[in-house]
Amino acid sequence: MLSTKYTEKTKLTKDEIDRKWWEVGDYFRRNSLWLLMYCTGCCAVELPPSMTSAYDMERLGMGPMATPRQADILLVSGYLSLKTLRRLIYTYEQMSEPKYVIGLGSCPINGGIYHDSHAVINQLDQYIPVDVYVAGCMPNPESILNGFVDLMESIKNKTANSWKKYRDNNEWYKQNQKDALGEVIIHDEFHE
Amino acid sequence: MILNILIGIGIAFFGFVLQTSIAGINRKIVGRLQKRHGPRWYQEFIDIFKLLSKRSITHGWIFDFGVIMALGGIIATAMFMPLTNNFLAFENFDNFFIFVYLIAVGMLGMAMSASGSGNPWASIGVMRALTTMLAYEVPFLIVVLTIINLTGNSSLTEIMLYQQASGNNWFLIALPIGGLVGFIALMGMLGKKPFETYVAPAEIASGPMVEYGGKQLGMLFIMNEISAFIEVSLFVHLFLGGATNIFEFLIKYFVVYTLANLISSVNGRFKIDQVVKFFYKWPLIMAVTQAVIAIYFGWVI
Ligand code: SF4
Repeated sequence: MLSTKYTEKTKLTKDEIDRKWWEVGDYFRRNSLWLLMYCTGCCAVELPPSMTSAYDMERLGMGPMATPRQADILLVSGYLSLKTLRRLIYTYEQMSEPKYVIGLGSCPINGGIYHDSHAVINQLDQYIPVDVYVAGCMPNPESILNGFVDLMESIKNKTANSWKKYRDNNEWYKQNQKDALGEVIIHDEFHE
Repeated sequence: MILNILIGIGIAFFGFVLQTSIAGINRKIVGRLQKRHGPRWYQEFIDIFKLLSKRSITHGWIFDFGVIMALGGIIATAMFMPLTNNFLAFENFDNFFIFVYLIAVGMLGMAMSASGSGNPWASIGVMRALTTMLAYEVPFLIVVLTIINLTGNSSLTEIMLYQQASGNNWFLIALPIGGLVGFIALMGMLGKKPFETYVAPAEIASGPMVEYGGKQLGMLFIMNEISAFIEVSLFVHLFLGGATNIFEFLIKYFVVYTLANLISSVNGRFKIDQVVKFFYKWPLIMAVTQAVIAIYFGWVI
């Protein structure tokens, strides 16, 4: 039975209101994920079928975008040589928050078939944080779309926090980047 | 006065909602055309609200101010747009040239802000947008001046009433060549595909929008939707006889925008010099021919 006694209305604290707004934002964010495809390796061939008529990623509200500023997801497809890693870090830091990273294929997970090459890095998440991995060499379009749905789920459950992790543990990531690359700054005609 | 301003803002908001939903439906139609399922019809709204919910960086105050100026300028233009032949916010202020002048404020704001970002792609994009504008404005204006000459009035409502009067046809039928030129120019204004040179995502990384992310990009999307509303409504009022009630307006609007979008989805992209050459060749010749036929020979159906 409902009590007839007067109870004071509980006022929402500022944190709770912020969290509510964040949840509203999460609905929009997970239903409109724009990709920046960083096609470094052979996994990239599986992206055209997952974009076009066969699997149609646009029905999930996703689509390719032209520049890092506009994109939400950085899609790292395949192995990363040291030279590309520098550009990848630049690109990642240009994206506007909240931002997510997806690693395609076994190369960003543990090196894949290039694990003993001197030119590539083996584990992507030593250098930038990763939200979702899609395993396979190469993963087929079904599993790529499955990875996207997983990312949406984890945005809904508030576990897609890699961009916060990058901010909190920035020193650790920077140290790893320096150890692998010597120097992160790029010297060429476009960056000086 | 206050009421008029409120109605004007209401028209701008109506234009935004209308154009955003129709753009969303059109994404679905294009999806079906390509044998895909296509996104939800309200996907465009989700995209815009998502952009507004993101964090963004700035490149200096010109960058921010230009975006606000672009959005404000376009909203100010849309406030003067008549929806039907008796519904508009500011009586007697629906002259065609008001739109020509005011829409430039929004475009200039966008150009200023894009150059303020300091990215070379943005400058190239702005340069291309202005070049395309130079190309389509000349034939379009010749046709519109022909219409103004025939009706003897440059107010949109008067032009609408002239076409609705018995014995007169829509200008699309009365001036068939001119109507075609108007439609081609509309495709150029909307940035649809053969003339999409200044966005060109694969070539110059979406041109003027290259440095925008988050909130500024969201505002530019809203501006883009409202300016599409202005351009398509201009075409409806000038060539399709306007509308006597809002449903007629909605149907005509939907047909025009969908047709432009369908043509766009089966075309490739011109190079920027091809755009200029194209507009200065066929549409210009057709527009001049139409003007001579209509004004000197008086052959109007
Ligand atoms: S995981 Fe396999 S397919 Fe993908 S980049 Fe590595 S080697 Fe190529």
